[in-house]
Amino acid sequence: MAAVLALTAVGLNLVFGVMRVVNVAHGEFFMLGAIGAWFVTHYLPVPAAMAWIAALVIAPLAVGAIAALADVTVLKRLKYDPEATIVATIGLLYIFQQAALSFYGPDARPVAPPFHLRLQLPWFGYSGYKLFVVVAAAVILLGVWLLMTRTRAGLVMRATQVDRDTARNFGIDVDRVYAGTFALGAALAAAAAVLIVPIQQAHYLMGHDPLLLSFIVVIIGGLGSLRGTLVAALVIGLSDGVISMFFSPTLAKIIATLAVALVLVFRPQGLFGAKE
Amino acid sequence: MLRVEGVTAGYGPITVLRDVGFEARAGEVTAIMGRNGAGKSTLLKCVMGLVPATAGTIVLDGIEVHRLPAHRVPHHGVAYVPQGRRLFGPLTVAENLSVGLYARDGGPEVRAAVLELFPRLRERLGQVSSTLSGGEQQMLAIARALCLEPKVLMLDEPTEGLQPSMIRLIQDTVLRLKDTGVATILVEQRVDAALRVADAIAFMANGRIAETARAADLTPEARQFADHVGV
Repeated sequence: MAAVLALTAVGLNLVFGVMRVVNVAHGEFFMLGAIGAWFVTHYLPVPAAMAWIAALVIAPLAVGAIAALADVTVLKRLKYDPEATIVATIGLLYIFQQAALSFYGPDARPVAPPFHLRLQLPWFGYSGYKLFVVVAAAVILLGVWLLMTRTRAGLVMRATQVDRDTARNFGIDVDRVYAGTFALGAALAAAAAVLIVPIQQAHYLMGHDPLLLSFIVVIIGGLGSLRGTLVAALVIGLSDGVISMFFSPTLAKIIATLAVALVLVFRPQGLFGAKE
Repeated sequence: MLRVEGVTAGYGPITVLRDVGFEARAGEVTAIMGRNGAGKSTLLKCVMGLVPATAGTIVLDGIEVHRLPAHRVPHHGVAYVPQGRRLFGPLTVAENLSVGLYARDGGPEVRAAVLELFPRLRERLGQVSSTLSGGEQQMLAIARALCLEPKVLMLDEPTEGLQPSMIRLIQDTVLRLKDTGVATILVEQRVDAALRVADAIAFMANGRIAETARAADLTPEARQFADHVGV
């Protein structure tokens, strides 16, 4: 849970950090990733493991392409105005949701995991696939970190994040950076969904919870801070899992929301965010 | 080299530049002077494409710069050091220089040549740029612009808020660049600072070029008058 939440929240935070766009449709990119995984595993005539691996590649790419298209056709035309893009992404949320309902249907459908393995420890057993999800999410997050800190593309994204006009003065095509960032953020949400869908099932309304939790994580960690996002995702993801297991999922959400309220009151920029 | 003719530009309904024209020649420093609000900074932003020209032309070696999107302008060798430096604060000195190298695909040799001009930056390559002193930040802002290997270098009040030794260093750098054939456009409030390096001067008032002159032709009285009225 924490690992997948970290992937989704990093995508949301990347988009806000670089583009200053609060993407309310982010949960729908998660949903599209899960539904994409279902389509790929359902229709690709290969063994389940191979189909799932194909889904892990195809679904994020397809969702990233949809996001880039949404950026060019909607957000760019609004000149990335912060208020207007919030309204626009609410509109995108409903468009994606209704499109999924129309083409996929209202049913929750399972996606077979790439392998079945139960790790039997002396005192309890644990799903090998869930451990794999943690490792896979960590590898993807490491890849994002390397992209941001070690590559020219990452440098360009960070420069644009700091000052887009000055970035333009040095030949950076900010519109392309924004489209790429929006696509990357959506692709991360989709990758998270492909990882989690063998545990959760794909459904056209499944984007709400990841969106809410991602916002909680991003607010607690600090808008624009990837490090804060990772720490907050770990804390919120683990506490959500433990409290849901031993008490109730509702209590877990109440405590997370309370944590957001406390952060907003006492440290509005988030635990790791920089003061404006 | 860079010819600006009849340019009108502004922000939304507000017109700031009206029928502005001047020429920046290779190997010369053209100082743009004028009071606050005269339109000097807007003129530089207009050349960079950040403020679109609604009329007139901006031509660099036959290329109609005013028709290019802002991010294409530096690819043709126009570099801009904005007022207040506008470094990428959280990025290191080395990363700021790498951004400077982006548009012209300049390699390590360009960076090395730039660091020759500002050896102090070589000692600070791994340092986050927002933690540099004011003078070092200005050095980095100019070094980053020079990574573009510019034909035209535009400096907006580069000596603002700096100590005299740093002002002298920046002026010396401008003079060295002049010898390499770079056309420098210098926006400067301080008359003495501008006249130390300028070959040509354009005085702006109310969004227009009110007067142009060769620096050598300015009489001591005219210099004193300009200094007195604070252009």
